[in-house]
Amino acid sequence: MARYSALSLFLNGLSGNRNWPRAWRAPEPKPSYDVVIVGGGGHGLATAFYLAENHGIRNVAVLEKGYLGGGNVGRNTTIVRSNYLLDGNTQFYEFSMKLWEGMSAALNFNVMFSQRGQIVTAHSADQLDSFSHRANVMRLSGIDAEILTRDDVRRLVPYLDFSETARFPIHGAILQGRAGTARHDAVAWGYARAADGHGVDIIQNCEVTGFVRDGERIVGVETSKGRIGAGKVGLAVAGHTSVLGHKAGLELPIESHVLQAFVTEPLKPMVDHVVAYGADHFYVSQSDKGGLVFGGSLDGYNSYAQRGNLGIVREVAEAAVALMPCISRVRLLRHWGGVMDMTPDASPIICPTPVDGLYLNGGWCYGGFKATPASGWCFAHTIATGKPHPLVAAYGLDRFRSGRTLDEAGAGPFAWLQ
Amino acid sequence: MLRIPCPCCGPRDHDEFRYGGDASVPRPAHDDPDPEAWYRAVFIRPNPRGPHREFWQHVSGCRQWLVVERNTSDHTIGSVQFARKSPA
Repeated sequence: MARYSALSLFLNGLSGNRNWPRAWRAPEPKPSYDVVIVGGGGHGLATAFYLAENHGIRNVAVLEKGYLGGGNVGRNTTIVRSNYLLDGNTQFYEFSMKLWEGMSAALNFNVMFSQRGQIVTAHSADQLDSFSHRANVMRLSGIDAEILTRDDVRRLVPYLDFSETARFPIHGAILQGRAGTARHDAVAWGYARAADGHGVDIIQNCEVTGFVRDGERIVGVETSKGRIGAGKVGLAVAGHTSVLGHKAGLELPIESHVLQAFVTEPLKPMVDHVVAYGADHFYVSQSDKGGLVFGGSLDGYNSYAQRGNLGIVREVAEAAVALMPCISRVRLLRHWGGVMDMTPDASPIICPTPVDGLYLNGGWCYGGFKATPASGWCFAHTIATGKPHPLVAAYGLDRFRSGRTLDEAGAGPFAWLQ
Repeated sequence: MLRIPCPCCGPRDHDEFRYGGDASVPRPAHDDPDPEAWYRAVFIRPNPRGPHREFWQHVSGCRQWLVVERNTSDHTIGSVQFARKSPA
């Protein structure tokens, strides 16, 4: 793998940028691999990379039914944060944050990780109290968190509605300074390139249609490019986990729902942070191209269609204007949908499964992008050792049967309300 | 837009309805002591990509609970019935 550096940029510039090597190969599948990862999104590619990097397992294939990074890793609102309250989540997402902080160097690929800080507004004294609780948990866990007064918030983000007529006046906010955004496509490309550099085969346009069994054990996959043998199979297909899980005989606590994201026409720099609205479901950042990138709630009914409905467009626009009246005349450029694995407690699943040889990574709900590096790291450990990584011990499938759910939102067991 | 043909009110925008989840999941008898049955009813979902029987309530209309069969990949609606007349 050719190393990217300022020097390589300069030298390739001298030759008109005509001699850059391919970032990764496009191999045909071998008859079998030690590990086959199904799903060439961020999590699948990160898993393949850490299998090679941390565990020395290099005879690995990543099978992607479409094109690399065409699913949720290219459809999210790119926000990275680690402001979780519950034991199990707090440590996992902070570990992820630490991996984000070193990612560009580790992958030799600029993922444009920008720690611009995330501000979540509080709209009552009680909400600010609950944010203080969260901030205390974070700080006791070694994570940065600050509580802001109304004046602090006004100084940092003066474009929010601080008027007398604001429907939900801002009382304060919680700030995580190390939170921010990353270039989501670059994360997929960076992991793909680094994994390929370790010898991982990334095979695009290769849909898994079934599993090959030897007795009870899964020993391979049937694909649109033929049968591929596998010592172990890892599923990282969030959005479609139920579809593939069914083929393997798994019964899962997952519903697929569509979540929309939006981008406006480009504006001059205005939103310097990630801002989330505490009185409704709305989160916004500004891309390097100037567009405001934002999102809201699920459409709210089971869906595998990667497109959303107009009702949510209106709801999200209402929330946007309630928080930031100054953008009421800004036009939307695009909106799109991604299919989410929604679990009944809004927490993910990373574990060995009851099916021998099959490992599961899914159920990411809204939160998959920020988890990408830690998910790959811990899933690779789980596959390599056959046992869950300690950081994902709370993310087993059995938690629903045993009652140890991680219900961060406190929304009850209704996937579409998370 | 997704339109649901309410058997009482006629075709209406889905924004008038509240979603109620998978209607094919059997609910255990109220006094069923088997935790496995309750675990399955509360958590396990078939989550098909294709026809899906699901509850919707026409909250901004007749307020009836309906069972709608809708395809989750293209949103075409196969059938709509009143929930209370539908077999569980």
